[in-house]
Amino acid sequence: MEKPQGSGDAYWRATLGLLTTVLIIWFVVSFGFGIILQPMLDSIMLGGYPLGFWFAQQGSIYIFVALIFYYAHRMGQIDREHDVHED
Amino acid sequence: MDLKTLTYIVVGATFALYLGIAFWARAGSTGEFYVAGGGIHPIANGMATGADWMSAASFISMAGLIAYNGYGASLFLMGWTGGYVLLAMLLAPYLRKFGKFTVPEFIGDRFYSNGARIVAVVCLILASITYVIGQMKGVGVAFSRFLEVDYDTGLYIGMALVFFYATLGGMKGITYTQIAQYVVLIFAYTIPAMFISMNLTGNPLPQLGLGSTMADGSGMTLLAKLNLVVTELGFKEYTTQTIAGRLDMFVYTLSLMIGTAGLPHVIVRFFTVPKVSDARSSAGWALVFIAILYTTAPAVGAMARLNLHATIQTGEIGSPEGNLSYEARPQWFKNWEKTGLLKFEDKNGDGRIQYYNDKNPEMAKKAEAFGWKGNEMVKVDRDIIVLANPEIAKLPNWVIALVAAGGLAAALSTAAGLLLAISSAISHDLLKGVFMKGISEKAELRAGRIAMAGAIMVAGYLGLHPPGFAAGTVAIAFGLAGASIFPALMMGIFYKRMNKEGAIAGMVAGISVTMLYVFQHKGILFIQGTEFLGDLGPNWFLGIQPNAFGAIGAVVNFAVAIMVSKMTAETPQHIQDLVESIRTPRGAGAATH
Repeated sequence: MEKPQGSGDAYWRATLGLLTTVLIIWFVVSFGFGIILQPMLDSIMLGGYPLGFWFAQQGSIYIFVALIFYYAHRMGQIDREHDVHED
Repeated sequence: MDLKTLTYIVVGATFALYLGIAFWARAGSTGEFYVAGGGIHPIANGMATGADWMSAASFISMAGLIAYNGYGASLFLMGWTGGYVLLAMLLAPYLRKFGKFTVPEFIGDRFYSNGARIVAVVCLILASITYVIGQMKGVGVAFSRFLEVDYDTGLYIGMALVFFYATLGGMKGITYTQIAQYVVLIFAYTIPAMFISMNLTGNPLPQLGLGSTMADGSGMTLLAKLNLVVTELGFKEYTTQTIAGRLDMFVYTLSLMIGTAGLPHVIVRFFTVPKVSDARSSAGWALVFIAILYTTAPAVGAMARLNLHATIQTGEIGSPEGNLSYEARPQWFKNWEKTGLLKFEDKNGDGRIQYYNDKNPEMAKKAEAFGWKGNEMVKVDRDIIVLANPEIAKLPNWVIALVAAGGLAAALSTAAGLLLAISSAISHDLLKGVFMKGISEKAELRAGRIAMAGAIMVAGYLGLHPPGFAAGTVAIAFGLAGASIFPALMMGIFYKRMNKEGAIAGMVAGISVTMLYVFQHKGILFIQGTEFLGDLGPNWFLGIQPNAFGAIGAVVNFAVAIMVSKMTAETPQHIQDLVESIRTPRGAGAATH
């Protein structure tokens, strides 16, 4: 009786909510800033980097790393809130 | 000490280290052989995943692709890293909770069908073999240069080594060896990059150096200078050029991302950690270790391109003394000529090297006025860029030797991981799972080793007749994995209603569409001369190159699977319960079979 009935749905909804947020950011920094908007962003300079070029070759990768750790951290909290965490 | 001796010593020492570790950590059971007993710390696992992941394509080919495609090559950078976000969130924790040895095993259980399992095995083998070809090419290139033999001999040596290496330790041995290989390859990659970045910009961090001002006193940023140098020689502007347009870039990036998340040798790494929460963070650590190389690569590519042109175009373009005399060519030039990967042809007979884009009509006209009769660097194989880079930048010999060891570490670690995935699919999924259920553990391991030998032969043969440079071949493997395995796994977890009919039809449709598209442009089974549509832009569907087609295949997979599942019987209750159980972390045990 570790998992009360009904908490499964709420847990899954919370999981999918977090997923959606992370995937939107994931899409915007790579496909958005790095590819679709690159010509526009390139008029802005970040040091010696045109900004769109920087997102495509540097920035998106840094953000991907941050996203995974944020996701892992938030999922840990969601697991505990819904009492489905491992020991 | 001369370079050759030094290279033999450094490469020999690293090999001795790997073999020592593999021997120390050799597998005692099938559990250790397939998933290292499930007890690897997430950071250690992340590092091993990094080495497993970063193949000859990442280490050897990618910077070359960046050097020649500039901004266009960003698709490799984003594609091969962004997939980890998908992997960490959509697949890794759930598959870890499921707790079995192989990817086809999950597909077989989730879709309650041996048929689905067999289809998954076929998809896995197709994707993995294609991927191994890329590694073999990388191994061949590295050996041919550093042992000073021809490419074919280099490839044979590589095949023998990979075989010896991969059969020894299983997953446990491979994991610990890969940690050592990661350390070797990351030093080998970043040290020369730091030297070169320091020389060119005064900033030792390549990630910052690429965005810095040149140290030559010109006051220009490095990227602006590079744009100027390449456009003056008639090449496309570095920071804006694309490979085949923006739509192709979009689709190609997506293909690589979902392929990353669907490649079985990567997924299986997350079966080796103790807990579900470890699977999530381990994907993050893997990406940290990968990002160190991937954020360095753009600097390596750009700086190598700059140095290469500076070596050849020593003075003003068009002045008689402006080009390097062939007699005065540096030692690295001579070394690479021997491998056949670099070729010079004195078209205008002036004894000097003209390297420019003669396909650009404007440049060709200008060149004619200079008395140039065409581009004389008739072959500059992009795969040599990283290996030649320290020599071009005149770095000390020990750095060059280290790069050789790093390239081999990258190729060998990935080949080992892939061969393990192939052999476990055959021995565990086909033999033990379907055809010979009563097989003993010992016989299962033997079958795995025989399967590995067969896979190496096939990969070696195709490595002798490669369908493109290493990264291109690898990209096709991603397309195949992304079009078949990724959608099946994702729907298995996130769409309870998906049944066996839908999953099988989806996988078959996805991989067929992708393969058909690749084969019609690249030759059936990559054999040259059997393609029925030329591999040219106008023949491509919406201008999408064959390497990028996996994302389209995945869309077909999803569409077919959902349509078929709606028309066929509902998923049985016990399977719906199974899906419920893999969605919650509590109760994950060690991986079993």
